[in-house]
Parts: sequence; C-alpha cells; structure tokens
Amino acid sequence: MFQYRVENVSRRGVLQGLGITAGLVLAVPVMSRRGMAATGMATYKTGADKMPHGTVNDPRAFVAIAPDGIVTIIASRSEMGTGVRTSLPMIVADEMNADWGRVQVKQADADEAKYGNQDTDGSRSTRHFLIPMRQVGAAARMMLEAAAAKQWGVPVSEVKADNHEVIHTPTGRKLGYGDLATAAAAEPVPDPSQLQMKDPKDFRYIGKGKVSIVDLHDITVGKAMYGIDTRLPGMKYAVIARPPVVGGKVVSFDPTDAMKVSGVEKVMEVKGWPWPSKFQPLGGVAVIARNTGAAIKGRDALKIVWDDGANAHYDSAVYRRELEEAARKPGLVVRNNGDVDAAMKSADKIVVGEYYLPHFAHAPMEPPVATANVADGKAEIWAPVQSPQGTLDDAAKTLGLKPEDVTVHVTLLGGGFGRKSKCDYALEAAIISQAIGAPVRVQWTREDDIQHDFYHTVSAERIEAGLDKNGKVIAWRHRSVAPTIMSTFKAGANHEAPFELGMGLVDLPFDIQNIRCENPAAEAHTRIGWFRSVSNIPHAFAVQTMVSEIAHATGRDPKDMLLELIGPARLVDVGPSVKDLWDYGEPISSYPIDAGRLRKVVELVAEKGEWGRQVPKGHGLGIAVHRSFVSYVATIVEVAVDSKGKMTIPRVDTAIDCGIYVNPERIQSQIEGAAIMGLSLAKYGEITFKHGRAMQKNFDTFQVGRMSDSPMVTNVHIMPATWAVPPSGVGEPGVPPFAPALCNAIFAATGKRIRHLPIGKQLEV
Amino acid sequence: MITLIVNGKEHNWDGDPSLPLLWYLRDEVGLTGTKFGCGHAFCGACTVHLDGVAVRSCSTSMHEAADRHITTIEGLDPAGNHPVQKAWREVNVPQCGYCQSGQIMQASALIRQNPHPTTEEIRETMAGNICRCGCYQRIEAAVRLAATGA
Ligand code: FES
Ligand code: FES
Repeated sequence: MFQYRVENVSRRGVLQGLGITAGLVLAVPVMSRRGMAATGMATYKTGADKMPHGTVNDPRAFVAIAPDGIVTIIASRSEMGTGVRTSLPMIVADEMNADWGRVQVKQADADEAKYGNQDTDGSRSTRHFLIPMRQVGAAARMMLEAAAAKQWGVPVSEVKADNHEVIHTPTGRKLGYGDLATAAAAEPVPDPSQLQMKDPKDFRYIGKGKVSIVDLHDITVGKAMYGIDTRLPGMKYAVIARPPVVGGKVVSFDPTDAMKVSGVEKVMEVKGWPWPSKFQPLGGVAVIARNTGAAIKGRDALKIVWDDGANAHYDSAVYRRELEEAARKPGLVVRNNGDVDAAMKSADKIVVGEYYLPHFAHAPMEPPVATANVADGKAEIWAPVQSPQGTLDDAAKTLGLKPEDVTVHVTLLGGGFGRKSKCDYALEAAIISQAIGAPVRVQWTREDDIQHDFYHTVSAERIEAGLDKNGKVIAWRHRSVAPTIMSTFKAGANHEAPFELGMGLVDLPFDIQNIRCENPAAEAHTRIGWFRSVSNIPHAFAVQTMVSEIAHATGRDPKDMLLELIGPARLVDVGPSVKDLWDYGEPISSYPIDAGRLRKVVELVAEKGEWGRQVPKGHGLGIAVHRSFVSYVATIVEVAVDSKGKMTIPRVDTAIDCGIYVNPERIQSQIEGAAIMGLSLAKYGEITFKHGRAMQKNFDTFQVGRMSDSPMVTNVHIMPATWAVPPSGVGEPGVPPFAPALCNAIFAATGKRIRHLPIGKQLEV
Repeated sequence: MITLIVNGKEHNWDGDPSLPLLWYLRDEVGLTGTKFGCGHAFCGACTVHLDGVAVRSCSTSMHEAADRHITTIEGLDPAGNHPVQKAWREVNVPQCGYCQSGQIMQASALIRQNPHPTTEEIRETMAGNICRCGCYQRIEAAVRLAATGA
C-alpha cells in the first residue's frame, strides 16, 4: 500500500553518489553568477540578478556522477508541461559532453540559496538559466578533464572530454566519466572567467529538437508522479468547503450528517485570512476521511452558515457597465507622446473600438492539490507548485516554524498556467496536518478550482484612432480599465501596476506621432491573479482587433495595415512619459522593443501561412502579432463559419522569434497548445459573478477547447536565430495573438466584428 | 462485500458501495495512474476499461463495478508497449501529461472497437477527453498512427 515517489527520477540506474561524490555537494558553498563573466561565450545581462536568489552556476549544486557513470542533473524549475525539466538539464549535459542516454534528471526540493531562483513563471527559465546551465556543464567537463590529466600525468591540454569519456588525444587512452567521478570531485571548481565553452556548432542536443521529455515513458504508463499522486503511510484525505464569496467566513456549521458518511473521520474549521491576503487560504470547513470520495460525500452533507462579507454585492454584469463607462472618460495617463487631443481634432476620421474581456479560470487538468506532514516541529510538503521557495517561506510563516524546518518537495504539475504560483492549497494541507497530527492530502474538486480561483482580470479596453485624409493613423488613444493583480496583495490597489501596463499597453510598438495610454481606476471584487500571458490578453486583443478595424475603415489589407503601423525597423522608444517601463524584468539594453523583429515575424507568418490565399466561401483569414515576454509572435487563423454560425478552424500558422533556442520541439508543442488555450478563452472562457459567487462550476458551464473544436492543423514556424540574440519566452507569448487573429478571421468570413469575448453565441443566426 | 478484478487481480471492498471507482482505485488500491479532473464525466481524465469498454471511473460506482473486469493504465500492457502507448511516445504527445492516461485508455478502447477510425471518428470520440495543455493535434496523429501503423 505504501508508495510515494517525488523525485521523479526518470532514467535507469540508482544513484550511488551524489555530488561529484557523495557528501561533497553540501560541504562547499556554491557560487552565484553575480559579478562573473565567462570567456568563450557571448554573455548578456538579464533580469535574473534581480530575481530573489538570482542564478547559481556551481556544478556541485547541479551535477552528480555515480561510479557506474550515470550522471544525475538537477532540474530546479517546476515542470508544468513546457518541457523545462528536460531542456535545462539537456543544456548541462550538452556542455559537459555527457551522453544523454546515461543522464538522469532529479527534481530539486525548494532551496533557492542552493539553486538560484526557482519561481517558474513569466516564461523566464531558458532566458535566465541558459548561460548558468552552460557554465555548470563547462565547469563539470573541465573538472573531469583535469582529473583525467592528473591520473595519466599528462598536461590537461592533451586531454579532451567527449561523449561521456575523457580521451588522451596523443595515445587514444580513455577514462569514462564514472571512473573519474571521485577524482573529479576533488578538483577545484574552475573560476567562471576561466571556463572554456563549447563552440555552438558542436552541440549535440541544444537546438536540435531530437530529445524527448524525460517523463515521456512514465506518463504513457501511468507512473509519472503529480501532486495528486503522493501517498504517505497513515495519510488522510481532505476536502474543504470554502466561503463562496471572497472575504466571507464561517458563522456556524453542523457536522452531524457529514460524520455519518461512511469513511468520514473528522470535520474541522480551517482558519482563513481577511481579504486581501496574498496567497493565504480562504478558510472554511474541512472534512477528513479515509479516501477522497468519502471526504467529498461528507462535504456535501455539511450544513454551513456563511457571512458573505463585503464582496457579496459583486455582480459582473453590473461591473462590466462600470468598466465600460470608465473607459469612456479620461483616466490616469500612463504614456503620452505628442498631442493626442489636437491630433484627434484635426483628424479626418476617427475609428473607435470598445472591447470587453471577462474573467477566466486557469482550470489546469490537475486541480490544486497538496500533501503535508507536520510533526515534531517540522513540516514536509509535497506539492505541484510553480514557486517552491515561496511555498516554503509562506508555509513556515503560516505554521510558525523556522524556514529550515520546512521541506517542500516539488512534484510534476498537471498544468499550471499561473494558478500554481499561488500556494494556498499547500498551506491548507499544512494547516490541517498540523491540527490533526497526521499526514494529509487536500484535494480541490473541479468546482473548488473554478469557484475559488485567482481569476484572470476582467477588462474594458477602448481605442480611438485618428486618421488623416490619406488614411494614415495620426493619433492613438487607448484606455485600459481592469482590476489589478496587486489587489490580491494590497487593499485599495486600483490601477494596473507597471508589470501589467508593460504587457501590451504602454509598450505599443507602433509608429504613430501622437499616442496616449490611460488607465482609469478599477476596484477588484474577487481574487485576481496572473493567468498564462496575463494582461497581454486584453491589451493585444484590443490593439490587434483595432488594426483590423482601421484596415477595414480605410479599405486596406490587414497585414499591410499592420506593417504600416509597426513602421520601419527600429528600436522603439516609448518616451519619457512612461515611468518604470517594465520590460518583463529584463534590462531594455539586452531586450529592446525591436520593431524590425516584429515586422519579420509578420512577414514570416504571411509567407509560410500563405496570407492572401484564396479560401472557400464562408472562410476567412485573420492576422495578429504581439510582443510579449520579450518574444515576438504572429498568428494567422483560417476560420470557417457555416450558415448556422458554427465555427471551425481549418488551419493556424504561427511564427515565433524567441531568440536563440534550446528545444525547438517543445517550442512547437507550446505554440500548438497556446492555440488551444487562445481558442478556449476566445470561444468559451467566461467566469461571471452574482451575489459575489462565481456562477460556473465545472467543465459543463466553464467550457474549454476540446478536440472537436481544435484547428485541423497548426503549423509552427520558428525564426532561426544566432547566439548573438538572447533567448526569450516561449510558454506564454503564443497565447495573446490567437484570439484577435481568430476574431479578425471571423470578420473576414462573415462581416461580424467580435468586440467582446467570449464569442459564445454571437455567431449564431 | 463487492468483488472486482483490477488488472487481472481480484480485490474486495466492504466499504460504501456508492464510492466512485476512481477513488477506490487511487486511494484504496494505490493505482494512481488514473487521474481526477472533474468528477462528473466531463473530462475523461479518469477513463478506465470496464470489461473492455471505456468508462469514466469518477462516475462509475463500486456497486456498478462489482464482478467486472477493470483495466487501468497500469494494466493496459504488461510492458507498457500497447500500440497506443508506443504511438504516444513516437509522436511526443504529452505536455504536462496529466490527461494522458485517460486519453490513452480512451484511444485504446476506440481502436479495439473500430480498428480503422476516420479523422472525424477520432475527433468525435476523443472530444470527451479534455487536454488543457492543448495536445489535440498530436493526440489525433498518435491515434491514427496506432491504428494504421503509419
Ligand atoms: S474526472 Fe471523470 S470524467 Fe473528469
Ligand atoms: S498534457 Fe496537460 S492536460 Fe493534457
């Protein structure tokens, strides 16, 4: 019965020594990358140094070689489907000339002091860790070479590591990595300035797309271990009835009927925190049982009286009108170039678009779930979390323990999309385990997930474009009104934060003389959180729909219109009015807003996606482009709408420029997936509120894209890049252009302009 | 007392006969390959075979499973090399992987009933299985590969 496995060791061979030998790993303080330069490789500054704990490039933190030659590489970032658990270790393996067939990957526990930042969010993993992982691999390779040279008594210049062994070039003698493991561990770690990096033309794995994800086999046989799969001896199973309104609390409850359910062992109140409280639990009443099914049945039998609190009046239909009204009046100016008022007055024509996007739920296929064992002043947590260290720190605070007494094991994540950056579910498990003195797994049902999410914001966007008599856009005013994610951290926060404004509003890359962006205030009435690609979704939807509206108003081709608005290839300067321009946390010097790259993905997708091709009657093509997470993505959608208004998608083409890349096969899968997520939110995605309660419960009312909806074909075109172009995001940037490209295609097919999402029944006739 | 055969092995249950088979398999037997996604037959993550036919284990009670043969992902093929499993690896279907046990169980049942499904039949049958990561293009290709060997 007892079985748990969290490290997800994916390959054969049991590890015999950890650290180039056992014991050494922890004995030496690891070095952080700060202030180090490596030779033999183009380096560039990233925002990694500004992240908590930065990056680490010490091989002793990441690499262990066992005497049998098995190389273990630590994956320090969370795997939620992007492939990062494969891609980062693959960088190390390639740079150290290890044979991937003799590498196994081990998932790191939460420990940022040792591994550097682990917060797997913001499409940052490759852009922050490509160079540190190369440095780790290069240092390990050089230590192996030094050890071999010593053993043979030859100069290190005569030896060379290749494919899991070190060769003495003049004589052809060889020593395997396993044979050298102990001696290599005793070698000093080379100073990063002395590292000799591989020539990229010699890479065997990086950039090739030939390596399958390390968990592939386990996934197909049901052995991959997610958060829901942790099992501990004596473990109990719990579900929680949470206040239906954010900020509500339990007044009283009657456990009698719940306790009568077969398998139910205990009912208890769980502490909640006053709203807003970052990621602290909502509180409620927990039912603890011998299995999850019994706990759910027990919860159904609970009688609870709730105090709904201040958000009980939240009605999203009323709120929508408030947002739309606010978007029609001036608001806080967040970008100002030229004189928009004067230019609008002189305009020959003004095109106005008002757009609305509702709340969405993340709905990862694995709902939130976590297991905790709190005993004897120590806590151990197993959870599918994007933020291992944040979970550890929050758990320590919540339980009143020292951080060193809390361990967080990271399982595989059955999807994340930003939901699993918020660790409330892990804290619930810890609180209940502490209270009952036994290990416990807290399971969220799908209803819990959809009704108690940290929702994607809701937003009204209004754009006015002033055109001169030649149809040239001379003025652009964009108002964005949306409750901010900061409202989850701080009461009263009611303007978009710089990181939200920088996602497609104030970083508008268009070549227009007079631009003004405004952000009227909006108060939050539920928990708002980041959702894959965040504020880029509403901002890009508005901007990219508007481009198509202007094209229509002036009788031009939408792609030509788009290129005209982007203007000539140049680095875009948004001007001094933008305070705190947020470039995804990166230094703008490394990651400028490059109109040339933006143009090129439009041109690439137009060519490969055969923009302008003849399509059958009832079909239409739509195009959109967006820069986000410092990557550039353009999408063309072909849609078909039949006489009843039923929509199908014969073809999608997406071009992505994400700089130098590591794993093109996973880029392709991320972009294929982004099309489905974009389709889901465009066609169905909507959470509505009445009396403060989310009205959707499960996949019947909160629908997501299914195979029957999905494009018949999605083609992905990756822009070739050199090592001179730093890597940028992949997980998120595929999402924002999809919905506007789809809706622009619908306009081309039917003449019906979609200005609010979801599309829902808008096409029905 | 309910008796059922899971992956060829006899099991007995004397608890609540209304318990969904899903939670019995996962929490009582420890066969965690079968996943939970919705609890109401909307998503297919919990798909197993009941006497060879794909069913949603979240919506199948222990009572309904009595005296029947249940196959889970762990029991689909002794070596994990069912043609559907091999095709899944060939096409690199999974992203997060969480939905894939259910997808594979659904696809293997489909191919058993209909060895040469058309694209339309694949898309219709597999539409009951949600993949939030959006692996549909590859799932469709893998089912076709498993069915035709091409
Ligand atoms: S969990 Fe059974 S169909 Fe979703
Ligand atoms: S692979 Fe993640 S839900 Fe299907």
